[in-house]
Amino acid sequence: MQKPFAVTLDPGSSRANHTGSWRTSRPVYVDNLPPCNGACPAGENIQAWLFHAEAGAYEAAWRVLVRDNPFPAIMGRVCYHPCEGACNRRKLDEPVGINSVERFLGDEAIRRGWKFDAPAASSGKRVLVVGAGPSGLAAAYHLAMLGHRVTIREAGPLAGGMMRFGIPKYRLQRDVLDAEVHRILELGVELVLNSKVEDIIEAIKDGGFDAAFLAVGAHIARRAYIPAGDAVRVLDAVSVLRGLEGEERPMLGRRVVVYGGGNTAIDMARTAKRLGATEALIVYRRTREKMPAHDFEVEEALQEGVMIRWLSTIRQAGSQGITLEKMVLDEKGFPQPTGELETIAADSVVLALGQDVDLSLLDKVPGLEIVDGVVKVGSDMMTRHPGLFAGGDMVPSERTVTVAVGHGKKAARHIDAWLRGRTYAPAPKHADATFERLNAWYYSDAPKTVRPMLDLIRRQSTFDEVQGALDESTALFEARRCLSCGNCFECDNCYGVCPDSAVIKLGPGERYRFDYDYCKGCGICAEECPCGAISMIPEDI
Amino acid sequence: MHQPIKFYQTGTHTIGNRLLKPEQRTVQSDRGRSNSLNCGHRACQGCGEALGARYAIDAAMDATRRQLIAANATGCLEVFSTPYPESSWQIPWLHSLFGNAAAVATGMAAAMKVKNRSDVRVIAQGGDGGTTDIGLGGLSGMFERNDDVLYICYDNEAYMNTGVQRSSATPPAARTATTAAVGDEPGNVFGQGKDMPAIAMAHGIPYVATATVADLHDLEDKVAKAIAIRGAKYIHIFVPCPLGWGAAAHDTIRLARLAKETGIFPVFEAERGEVTGVLRIRRKTPVEEYLKPQRRFAHLFAPTPRPDVIARIQAIADRNIRRYGLLDEGAR
Ligand SMILES: Cc1cc2nc3c(=O)[nH]c(=O)nc-3n(C[C@H](O)[C@H](O)[C@H](O)COP(=O)(O)OP(=O)(O)OC[C@H]3O[C@@H](n4cnc5c(N)ncnc54)[C@H](O)[C@@H]3O)c2cc1C
Ligand SMILES: Cc1ncc(C[n+]2csc(CCOP(=O)(O)OP(=O)(O)O)c2C)c(N)n1
Ligand code: SF4
Ligand code: SF4
Ligand code: SF4
Ligand SMILES: [Mg+2]
Repeated sequence: MQKPFAVTLDPGSSRANHTGSWRTSRPVYVDNLPPCNGACPAGENIQAWLFHAEAGAYEAAWRVLVRDNPFPAIMGRVCYHPCEGACNRRKLDEPVGINSVERFLGDEAIRRGWKFDAPAASSGKRVLVVGAGPSGLAAAYHLAMLGHRVTIREAGPLAGGMMRFGIPKYRLQRDVLDAEVHRILELGVELVLNSKVEDIIEAIKDGGFDAAFLAVGAHIARRAYIPAGDAVRVLDAVSVLRGLEGEERPMLGRRVVVYGGGNTAIDMARTAKRLGATEALIVYRRTREKMPAHDFEVEEALQEGVMIRWLSTIRQAGSQGITLEKMVLDEKGFPQPTGELETIAADSVVLALGQDVDLSLLDKVPGLEIVDGVVKVGSDMMTRHPGLFAGGDMVPSERTVTVAVGHGKKAARHIDAWLRGRTYAPAPKHADATFERLNAWYYSDAPKTVRPMLDLIRRQSTFDEVQGALDESTALFEARRCLSCGNCFECDNCYGVCPDSAVIKLGPGERYRFDYDYCKGCGICAEECPCGAISMIPEDI
Repeated sequence: MHQPIKFYQTGTHTIGNRLLKPEQRTVQSDRGRSNSLNCGHRACQGCGEALGARYAIDAAMDATRRQLIAANATGCLEVFSTPYPESSWQIPWLHSLFGNAAAVATGMAAAMKVKNRSDVRVIAQGGDGGTTDIGLGGLSGMFERNDDVLYICYDNEAYMNTGVQRSSATPPAARTATTAAVGDEPGNVFGQGKDMPAIAMAHGIPYVATATVADLHDLEDKVAKAIAIRGAKYIHIFVPCPLGWGAAAHDTIRLARLAKETGIFPVFEAERGEVTGVLRIRRKTPVEEYLKPQRRFAHLFAPTPRPDVIARIQAIADRNIRRYGLLDEGAR
């Protein structure tokens, strides 16, 4: 080639110069565990379904959600949303309204008639589920999806367990419950109502089942001895609430005293108000801080006119009404009697002191370990008896719908493996996606969307739903508040901010790749990744 | 409490955002961006100038449908991109001298006019030294004649290529090779230096703007706007230099962001000498947070802390905030 004056070399591209050799540390893409996912008792992949919801792809979002939990519409109403308590966004302004988006998706699915994907090919195995509460139903759902034939035997006249016979309508409308239960039955799950299992070994043998999952809940109300005359009726909350599902309205009178400090006590008092009580008073031994009921529920009850007497016990129920004794907390925080008495007028006392499990169906099963009235299970949810699994309120754990659903899922996975002669090993957990790894600058300012509440008058006189739903626009807004902690959401920052153009963009859904031939290891990408999905690791040099 | 439905998670803060409409997305987020300044250049790790140049020239390439030529002043940008016989530039690009980029570009624009190539647009670019010091005469002439050139200054606040000497864009109190951190008033003096965007505005040219590498959407918008205008345009881009400032390579964008958020570097645009828009401060930040990560300001913190000097720097930032209305509601 004829070169111009003074030019001796052909022009070349700087790509010949592999600046990657300068590097002392390299960026790598990571996937970390977002705190919401880590906190969900049902093990939902929240961030993943929010990702679809953010784009308005609600059906895709719902499909990701129901891989772990078949009850989004129910969850969106009754779950105590520990996910929100853990959400990293709470350190910026307020947590993402995960629960309200979940409800929106669940309601949307009902409205649009979305069905589950087709189950896996039949395994030829049969599983008995005892109890059609959230735990049994969730297990049945997952087992059916995994290809097993499931029969649920339920003692009561309708499915739902405490979701129907405990949680009042003003928090969970029954058409919602029915719709989500029906969708599970559509998978071919057989539900046999009014069919109490008296002897589990016999039931498995007679039915020819290959395994069983027990989820009978905790339905026996704990009593406290209260000397009583005939002027005041003494009832228990579980029976009263259960009775509401029938035709009759329980006779509570005008002045109702509820004894206990849990969520059941709160629901009982709020129910009494709605049934026409002029006074609904909760009596609790300890202070408000020590109350096991959730703060927001206490708050809602107070708004509705429920009264609460903390640091008090009921000594007796006589013709004059009931006698309360004032308590004080000792140094260890235990309530101690003071001897100071007071009598108040009351027509009825409803006990809400917790429930025990009816374990009679297990009487003939040898070798079970029963501790404090509940059945011990291993990390695979199996009891000491091979092939007999259990979950929900009847095993040691927190008693919530979501925990029960999580047990059902976990048990189903282990039952599936057990039936196939394998063991189920969950994928190892990723490292935590901490707030400190985020670069919060990049997220737009956006306060949480508040769900509408029913007006007070109707909350005091009807069983209409108290908490309203988000609409499409507010749900979308709320979904987009998610920070995508710890997992790339394809914001292109790394692709853009690299001064050496050493990040290769692979296209929608395909993420990115580092070009280590040119990456000098400056670390700007890791610093400017909003969600902490890039780590710098030292090169061995 | 009606929520604005126009909420897009990261809005326009990030380089890309799958939730935005395609026309709202940046040139940089596009897989097909021209990558005008290619890989393999020899800029330091984390170089803000290399980044700023790719941002600006890619945006100009997009705005001109890739009919773009550039003249480049001597400086890091020229040296690290073109070690003979290699080049990182994927555009027609010409280097002549340290002080004459504006004049060379004027010639290029004239040539295009003669050749009837109104589609081809011309950029001149250089460092702060090449712009505010040695090249100012030629640049002023280019403004005065209203030549159809977009001049871009990459301001890293000193002569980096030759070893970090002071320029007339070096900030007060900064230590450079020629402004030692000794004596009562350590580092660069207060009260000198040139406010180059204001000088450009004083020429009454059609368009003047400032930008930083921390706000890509803003930077790209300004380049596109400048390209759409015929006549002389000036864009002054703030580009942190890890080497010259004694900062961590990974802090380049963070420092640019802090310069804007403290008010140290006002981001605005002006048409025919009048300010027409400013980028609002989003999280007002004291100047210490900007100064501390940079070794060129280390003498303000140790061994003898100099709150008095820091207060004078804060006063400069506060004046910018007042002067440009950087906290005003109306600002973007
Ligand atoms: C008033 C009240 C309000 C509550 N509110 C909430 C709330 O807002 N959020 C929340 O997360 N949790 C709430 N809980 C707790 C939650 O309802 C329970 O933790 C959850 O329902 C437990 O699920 P499970 O499937 O283990 O049992 P259950 O829901 O109790 O279901 C067990 C089922 O098994 C059936 N059964 C029992 N024995 C047999 C047998 N031998 N043969 C066949 N069937 C049998 C029962 O009839 C029942 O249908 C509330 C509880 C109460 C009482
Ligand atoms: C007439 C002339 N004087 C001095 C030099 C040496 N020189 C080359 S680049 C440079 C400084 C460049 O500083 P700046 O314009 O700020 O660019 P930077 O390297 O900081 O990006 C100097 C002094 C030269 N090339 N020509
Ligand atoms: S089920 Fe409960 S904890 Fe899980 S995502 Fe939904 S609201 Fe959160
Ligand atoms: S911001 Fe999103 S990913 Fe992070 S914890 Fe909250 S819901 Fe989960
Ligand atoms: S910077 Fe953005 S695109 Fe890059 S890894 Fe992080 S989230 Fe993904
Ligand atoms: Mg310079």
